Parts: sequence; structure tokens; C-alpha cells
Amino acid sequence: MTSINMNVNGKAVSGDVPDETLLSEFLREHLRLTGTHIGCDTSQCGACVVHIDGKAVKSCSTLAVSLEGAEVTTIEGLANGDLHPMQVAFNDNHGLQCGFCTPGMIMSGVDMVKRYKAEGKDLTSDAIRAELEGNICRCTGYHNIVKSIEDAAAKM
Amino acid sequence: MSSGIGASVKRKEDKRFTTGKGKYTDDVRNDNQAYAAFVRSPHAHARVKGIDTSAAMAMDGVIDVLNGQQLTGDGIGNIICGWAITSKDGSPMNMGAWSALATEKVRYVGDAVAVVIAETQALARIAAEAVDVDYEELPVAASVLTSMKDGAPQIHENAPGNQIYDWELGDEAAADAGLASATHITSLDLTNNRLSPNPMEPRSAVAKYDDAEDHYTLYTTSQNPHVARLVLSAFYNVAPEHKLRVIAPDVGGGFGAKIYIYPEEITCLWASMKTNRSVKWTSDRSEAFITDAHGRDHVTSAKMGFDDAGKIVGFKVDTIANIGAYMSLFSSSVPTYLYAPLLSGQYNIQNIHCNVRTYYTNTVPVDAYRGAGRPEATYLVERMMETAAREMGMDPAELRRRNFIQEFPHQTPVLMQYDAGDFPKILEMAQETADVAGFPARRAEAEARGKLRGIGYSTFIEACGLAPSKAAGSLGAGVGLWESAEVRVNPVGSIEILTGSHSHGQGHETTFAQVVADRFGVPIENVQIVHGDTDKVQFGMGTYGSRSGPVGMSAVAKALDKVEAKVRKIAAHALEASEDDIVIEGGEVKVAGTDKSMAWHEVGLAAYIAHNLPEGMEPGLKESAFFDPVNFSFPSGAFICEVEVDPDTGTTEIVQFTSADDFGTIINPMIVEGQVHGGVTQGIGQALLEQVVYDEDGQLLNGSYMDYTMPRAADVPSFHVQHHETPSPNNPLGVKGCGEAGAIGSPPAVINAITDAIGTNDLAMPATPQAVWRAIQAGAKSVAAE
Ligand code: FES
Ligand code: FES
Repeated sequence: MTSINMNVNGKAVSGDVPDETLLSEFLREHLRLTGTHIGCDTSQCGACVVHIDGKAVKSCSTLAVSLEGAEVTTIEGLANGDLHPMQVAFNDNHGLQCGFCTPGMIMSGVDMVKRYKAEGKDLTSDAIRAELEGNICRCTGYHNIVKSIEDAAAKM
Repeated sequence: MSSGIGASVKRKEDKRFTTGKGKYTDDVRNDNQAYAAFVRSPHAHARVKGIDTSAAMAMDGVIDVLNGQQLTGDGIGNIICGWAITSKDGSPMNMGAWSALATEKVRYVGDAVAVVIAETQALARIAAEAVDVDYEELPVAASVLTSMKDGAPQIHENAPGNQIYDWELGDEAAADAGLASATHITSLDLTNNRLSPNPMEPRSAVAKYDDAEDHYTLYTTSQNPHVARLVLSAFYNVAPEHKLRVIAPDVGGGFGAKIYIYPEEITCLWASMKTNRSVKWTSDRSEAFITDAHGRDHVTSAKMGFDDAGKIVGFKVDTIANIGAYMSLFSSSVPTYLYAPLLSGQYNIQNIHCNVRTYYTNTVPVDAYRGAGRPEATYLVERMMETAAREMGMDPAELRRRNFIQEFPHQTPVLMQYDAGDFPKILEMAQETADVAGFPARRAEAEARGKLRGIGYSTFIEACGLAPSKAAGSLGAGVGLWESAEVRVNPVGSIEILTGSHSHGQGHETTFAQVVADRFGVPIENVQIVHGDTDKVQFGMGTYGSRSGPVGMSAVAKALDKVEAKVRKIAAHALEASEDDIVIEGGEVKVAGTDKSMAWHEVGLAAYIAHNLPEGMEPGLKESAFFDPVNFSFPSGAFICEVEVDPDTGTTEIVQFTSADDFGTIINPMIVEGQVHGGVTQGIGQALLEQVVYDEDGQLLNGSYMDYTMPRAADVPSFHVQHHETPSPNNPLGVKGCGEAGAIGSPPAVINAITDAIGTNDLAMPATPQAVWRAIQAGAKSVAAE
């Protein structure tokens, strides 16, 4: 057991967890933030993506104890009151069907828009498709996910 | 903007999903939660000689370890297949016994032999590893071609030679005669590759036994919670129906894999009673690959004959289908009644015969996956048409056109009566959008870049909303295939719709509400859809086979008819007018030609206050309906795929994909297009990327996302999707269903395009770079060689 302290969605949290506890498990089972999903066991699907210190990370592949003092944002904490433009764009463009991949898609989408903007690069639809390499959706065929991220990029 | 039928209304349900507030089964945690982990066979075929649980039982935090002898000893019944198929010699199918926890034998890698219940999930898994099972390994038949051979290992005692049935449809003599009269015959040997459905949410079950009430609650990832409850109670004897509540909350995709009742749900319910704890099991992805029912897995030889004019004169099909180690709920119907009746495609074919033999193998059970039987039929028919056109030197679109059915209703020789369609029209739409005329120039331009460009068609039909119940029953179905709805108009005028359909991504909370808004002109926000809970909703059949539109919504429409009739009576009485003069629009109930009217909510209130109702009328405003269609509905489509192949690497890029679909009446175009995108992508997955692979010993070789290639965003293009509506006459809304069309129609379009590009007819799915490169090396063309 290790005791950890981090900041999740703007709130200080702490807990005693076994060392092997994954961040995904810490979020879902200890903090009951169940918007972060688990879709695979080989770090491929991206349903578990959260932001750690502003960067998109797969929470299923991150040990909770490695995050002492980190700032973690999950899908539940993305919006600041109103919905985040990415959340609005997914609704506007029908970027989700069953919704299971959606939290990860949105967290990855926000991260890629920010990165491209910071680097002054154009986030083309081809670039979005390439960036989504680590996010699998079985429902939408990606067409509307790509549209959603493009749309949000224009508004962020 | 209108929110009625035909409007692309944004989804009402999205907010909870985009904010992480969806409630999926694994998100449920009860107060006295315990966790289950299954002890699974590492062997594909073995006798279970003993199970030593002592080490596991001794671990701290292990509550119990339960096995199959205890399960059957408690009277839990075997898992059944719900569709009885009769062999052509009149004998019944050979269904082998399937216990939720194996007792004497295990028959596939992953077959469960015991379950550990522990305080945490991690502990349960560690303890499951400590259960020592003594196996005596038996010889394995891991493919259908092995299991059908003489002397193959016997998998179930009551299925000699591993055969489950030998079934036929159509007139063999007529098909033979047709082929004998043909001036050209095209022959094809095809394999329809085995797939894993892979909804992104893994299956999960949370069972809770209440000993004071002797009552069970099951949260589960189900497409059809009422059917689950019925089967769990009537066949598996887990609990009487009135003592079992099944809730399918938000479900993260189904695609068929979540229709069936699996060993895990049965075991969790039973274990919750045994341990008096709530028991939860959530599959991880690796476990999903070895327990979720797989799809497809057919081997087919077929011949199609044509006359001088290119008209089809005979079609003969011989199919061998793999059922896996046990017969899953609908497994028997998939390669029979969901397959052979679709072999007429969009074409006027008088003489068809299809023979289907199914066999057990030492693999995961095989059942319906998006399309179920119809993709297999479509792949065969559409590859046949394209290949025949090439062999006869005809334009593949022209060959199709010559054979299109033009008059409706149309009776095929394989059971189906097609309802409505306009096949030439949708083909023309697709050809225009895809700019087929410009293809030669695009091909030349690609060639200049060293790429092989090809174009492929698929003009297909499918059958949705399996019906009517009586006909399905006469073909062996164990259930009726109607749907139910209840419409509750509350005293304040807001409306609740209780539907037996289940949404796991389809957007029912929006589209079903549109049907109501369209009828009464009430705001869509005032309509709430309730589904997925057997305690709240009347018995319903659930969602699969693209049935929620044609059957589920039709039940809603029928219940709305009854509500409307009562509203007219109440308003006519209150407004002192004739019922015939009552008009309901824009949220008002008016008397035509006068200024007399009542607001919608006033009628609702009047129904419940009941101070001024017509003589003899019961108070309240709540009606229910069961809708049993008179026939299937038959969506049709024309898909055109254009690819570029790199001859050096065999890599295929889909550069353009065009669809023109006829789904009948469309409720919400945005949602329908989304269904097409997703379905086509799954079809592209089948054509290019996906295949479940077993080795000879029955070990699954690609049971993770590292090895089984799911389509990623960069594997698919943006799609051009369009619609033409010929409403189905078989239901009140004219809808035909749209969930499966994409997955049904796309694989042959992709393969036809690749084979056009590389100049061969010999290419199997999945057309991986290696397979395509090999086909090119085997004599198909390369740019340099031309
Ligand atoms: S759950 Fe983290 S990548 Fe799949
Ligand atoms: S919306 Fe279902 S997996 Fe993406």
C-alpha cells in the first residue's frame, strides 16, 4: 500500500492504494469517476484516456502511485460549467453512438487540437485520422468523430 | 427546426455520454459487492477429471469457489439454442448439452469450469489461477473442414460426425435444370472469414440476490433484457420470472454479441444466491475474444448460370458452416433462414437451391454478428455477379441491371416476398455520386503514380424485422418476433414511451421521441423514452436484426393510434364537436373550421381529472400495443468502392466509398447515416483487416487488439451516403431498418474493387497487404507488367 495525493478535476484527493493500482482503477473504483472506460487490456483502444498535467495519457497504462502531485483531468472535469466545445461538437456532429469510446475520443480530441494549435500546425482530417491511431470506435466508422474534432478545432 | 419524422434532430441522450455520466453495467456497484473470476479451460477439448479448489479457498478474501457439479446439482438448466432446424431427411438438429460451468468435458479454450467469488476483482483473478483442474486432453477439431472429416474427434455424443443438421432450401432439380440450360456458368469457392464482434464495452453482469424477498436483480450488457429474463427463468431455472428483474442500462454497442444469454450471467445470478452477496463479473478484452460469440465462418461452393442475354437461369449453393463448440441462442438460424432466403439478392432468379451443413468444432460458439447470414449471402451473390460480368466481358453494373427485379411485391423461390424497392434508381444514384464515368481517367492518373486503381459494386438486399411470428414459428423459431410499446400521456401532457426495443447506440431516445413529436406536435423535450428494465417496461423482444425501426417504432405508432382515438373522443366531448372534426397539430387539439381548441396538456388533464369525459369512458390516457408485422421489410442498397493498391507492398487504400440506400421512410437522416458509416466500417474491417485465427490445437492466435486488427480511423475514408425512399407497405411508418445494411453490403464492394485493381478473381478476405501482394505475384497484374 502506498498513500498518494493528487489533484483530480480541480480537487485534492488522496488514498492508500496497492502499488499495482492503475490510474484507471483508482479513478473508477476509488473515486467512482466512471466516465473513464476500460475497453481493452493491451493499451490499444483509448477508452481510458485522461489528461495528466495537460497531456493525454492512457490511464489503463499508468500506475496511480507514479502520479504523486499530478493534475489529472477526466471527462467529468473537462467542462468548466458549460460544456467544452469538444463535447458540443460531438453532439452537433453525431460523433457518438453507444458512447463507450466517447470520453476517450473527446479527451484525445482536446489534446490533439491543443498540440496542433501550440505548434501552429493545421489539424487536417488526415491528421486527425492519424492522431486517432490509439482510439478505437466500433460504432461510428469515425466519419463523424473526425467531423466533430474538426468542428471543435475551429471553435477552441 | 422541425423535430418530427425526417428531421436530423440532435441526439437527446448525448449529454450524459459526452460528460462521462453514462451508466454502464460495470459502473454499477452494490453495497455488498463481491467479484467473480472464471476458471477457464486452457485446452480446446479435454475431459475434466478433477477440480482442486483447496488452495484458492484458503486465500484471504475468497468467499467461495463453485463448480459445474454444484450448479447442475442445484437444478440450473443447460443453455439452449432457440431455433429448431430440421434436416432435409426430417430429423431434428443434434443439439449437444451446454452447462454454464462444464461438468465432464470442456470443448473450447475458454470454456468455464469453475468460478471464484472474492472480495475484490484482483483477488478473484489471482485465486482463479490457484484452482487446480486435472484435465485429460482429447484430440481437437479446430476448423469445420477438420471436424466434418471421417474419424474426426467426436465433440458431442449426440452429434455423430459432429454434424448438427444437413438442411436445404429451394428446388434442386430446377436449379440443376437451369444450370444445364446456361450458356455461361460462373463457379466460385469462397470462405466467409470468422470475426469477433467486439463491441467496445466488454460484457458485464452484476447480480444481486435478496434473501428476504427471494428476489434477484441482474444488471447486464444485453440487447434484449426481457428475452434474457425469460430464458434465465424458463430454461435455466435460475429464478421464476416474477422474481427476477433484468436491467440493461447503457450498453456500449452490441452488434449481436449481446443478444445471447451466456454462462457468466447465469453463474453470477446463481452465485449471488449461493454466497448471499452481490456478484459482479466484467470481461476484459482477452476474455471477450474467447467467450463472446463469434460471427460468419462459412465455406461455400457455388455455381451461377446465365443465358445469352446475361439473365441468371440457375443458382446452386453448397455451404458448410461452423457453429463452434456449443449451439448459442440463435446459432442455428444464422446459416439457414437468415442466409439462404437472401440468395436471390436484387435479382429475378427463378431457380435457386442451397444446401447447408453445420458442424461443431472446438472453438468459441458462433452466432449472429451484425447482418447475421445476410452478409454471407450478399458476399456470395455480389462476388458472383462481378466475377460473371468479368468472365462474360460485360459491364458489372449492366449485368446487374439486366437481372434486377422491377416489380413489387416480388416472390423469390427462396421464401421471401420483397415489399418495395427501386434497384435501378439507387444504382444510378450511386454511379452518379461516385462519378463512375470519370473512373478510367482516375485509373490512368493512379497508374502514372504507380498505383493500381479498381472499382467494385455491391447491389444488395437484406431482410429486417424478422416476421411474422407465426411464420417464424413454422420455420422453427422458439419465440415470437413482435414488439411492444406503451404510451403514457401524463396529466401535464408530457409523454413517456415504454418500448421493448433496446438502444445500445442506435439513438432511440431521440428517434422514438421524433415519432411522437411528429404525431402530436408536442416538443420533443416533453417525450421520454423508457427501455431496458423488466420492472418498468412490458415484455418486449429487444433490438437486433435492424428491427427497432420496422417493428419497435411500429408498435409505438400503433399505441399512438389508440391514444389519438381517445384524445379525439375526449376533446370532441369537451368542445361539443364531432370526433371527425378534431385535428391534432402543433400541440393543440382543435375543431376544424372553428376557433375552438384545447391545448394538448388540457386534454391530458381532462383524462385524469375525469370530470367531463364521454359517458362510459375510463379515466386516464395510457395505451399499449403489440405489433407483429405481416412480413419482413427489405432495405436495399447500391455500394460502389474505389481502391488504390500499391503493387510493391500489397497495401490497399479505400479512396472513395459511395452508398445509395433505400431504407424506406427515414426518421432521422443524421442517425441513419451514422448507422451506415459504422456498418460499412465493420464491413471494411471484414474485407481488409479482421479474422479470428485458431491453430490446429484450437488455441486462439489473435485474441487481443495487438493481434486482431480492428479498423482504425486511418483505415477508412469519409463516406458519401445518400438515400432514396420507397416506403415499406408492411408497417405503419414505412420504415425498413438500417442497422445492418452497411456491414452486409460493403465486403463484396471492397473485394470486387481490389480484384478489379489487380486483375484476378481469386482473393480471399481479409485482403491483407500480404494476401494482395501474393495475389499480384501469383499472376495478377502489376503496373510494370502492363
Ligand atoms: S483501456 Fe486503456 S487503451 Fe484500452
Ligand atoms: S460510439 Fe460506440 S464505440 Fe464509439
